[in-house]
Amino acid sequence: MSSVRVLVGTRKGAFILTSDGARRDWKINGPHFAGWEMYHLKGSPVDPNRIYASQTSDWFGQQIQRSDNAGKSWEPVGHEFVYDGVPGTHQWYDGTQHPWEFKRVWHLEPSLTDPDTVYAGAEDASLFRTTDAGKSWQELSGLRRAKGNLWQPGAGGMCLHTIVLDPTNPDRIFIAISAAGAFRTDDAGKTWQPINRGLKSPYELPDPDAEVGHCVHRIAMHPSRPGVLFMQKHWDVMRSNNAGDNWDEVSGNLPSDFGFPIDVHAHEPETIYVVPIKSDSEHFPPDGKLRVYRSRSGGNEWEGLTNGLPQSDCYVNVLRDAMAVDSLDDCGVYFGTTGGQVYASADGGDTWKPIVRDLPAVLSVEAQTLP
Amino acid sequence: MTIRVVLPHHLRTLAKVGDEVQLQVEGEITLRSVIDALEARYPALRGTIRDHGTQKRRAFVRFFACEQDLSHEPPDTPLPVAVATGAEPFFVVGAMAGG
Repeated sequence: MSSVRVLVGTRKGAFILTSDGARRDWKINGPHFAGWEMYHLKGSPVDPNRIYASQTSDWFGQQIQRSDNAGKSWEPVGHEFVYDGVPGTHQWYDGTQHPWEFKRVWHLEPSLTDPDTVYAGAEDASLFRTTDAGKSWQELSGLRRAKGNLWQPGAGGMCLHTIVLDPTNPDRIFIAISAAGAFRTDDAGKTWQPINRGLKSPYELPDPDAEVGHCVHRIAMHPSRPGVLFMQKHWDVMRSNNAGDNWDEVSGNLPSDFGFPIDVHAHEPETIYVVPIKSDSEHFPPDGKLRVYRSRSGGNEWEGLTNGLPQSDCYVNVLRDAMAVDSLDDCGVYFGTTGGQVYASADGGDTWKPIVRDLPAVLSVEAQTLP
Repeated sequence: MTIRVVLPHHLRTLAKVGDEVQLQVEGEITLRSVIDALEARYPALRGTIRDHGTQKRRAFVRFFACEQDLSHEPPDTPLPVAVATGAEPFFVVGAMAGG
């Protein structure tokens, strides 16, 4: 029988949640790396028992951990992230230029075909790759030549937080940076182009449709349709039908189009999920009601999903990397909150229940579907 | 020379060591030579005490020994004789952060 493993990164450690395919009863394992900020954990699609984890600390810096046995044991691997060449400067909060400084890894994206190859999205915004299972990391510095001097940090730092690999084209990668925007390479990372046409940021940028500078929060893709991208921007939910060449707003009837995560149903490429947050000034759900919104039409028409979620006095946030889907039938949907709850739906979002309620603030959630 | 080093909790778990580690350090016993020896023996600690690139002490790390704060001393400062002879440990400390 199939089973599910959910990898949860929190402000104070990592947790591994497991269940059989029914997804009713869960085992909670952890904390792993207690006390450390675990920004992201993700398993290799080709070797699911190999899991990579980003372990960080304001005191002691960045570590990368690797497990080859589904999290039973871990080994620290290479954690030296050195910018290629002289990295130069980017825009700082006060408008001056500021040197690039490595701070942490926000997101790890294992290759779709090779368990030893992983991409790492870092702050200050940069993309690194290992091809030796994490022993060493090299920057794909062509990205910073896509007008990097004009990029600027968002309130959470200038982080590369989203890496989407095209399953049909190994040379094509999409990434997103707060606050620079979305970028695409079609030559395996040598050169990159901004893909922000159609994004509008009238409250954040002097030129509302600038080529770079947009605060993209998350991008999602269904693997069967790699040219169709969905984006949760700072404000606005967006859609592209041409691999990011152009974007159209699909916020439709959402109660707020501000938010962080966005994801796609495992079997329905036009079914997408977001979690509306009241505003950039008030990072909690509108009206104190925690609602996932689902569109079955690829945007514009949205329905609120509330069954099993708190509908009063709820003031948590759901961060950009804290939503995931499994590929069972029905599709499971998972998200974690800054209040430490991890909610699961085993029926595509119709009903929800918490797997666990009292973890540290959740930074990331990934789901692995196991045979 | 055998030097005793006490690490903060998180670095002990990272390096998988106990309360105190003992290092063989050759030559002059300085901040730099002790941390060089520590990193050589426990590679996971590289970058956790000093920045990978600049080799400067990370902002929230402190060095104490013999009731002195040595955090702001130049890296080639000789450590106290009591540390160099193994009578006293050298402390790597996570800086206080409260709220």
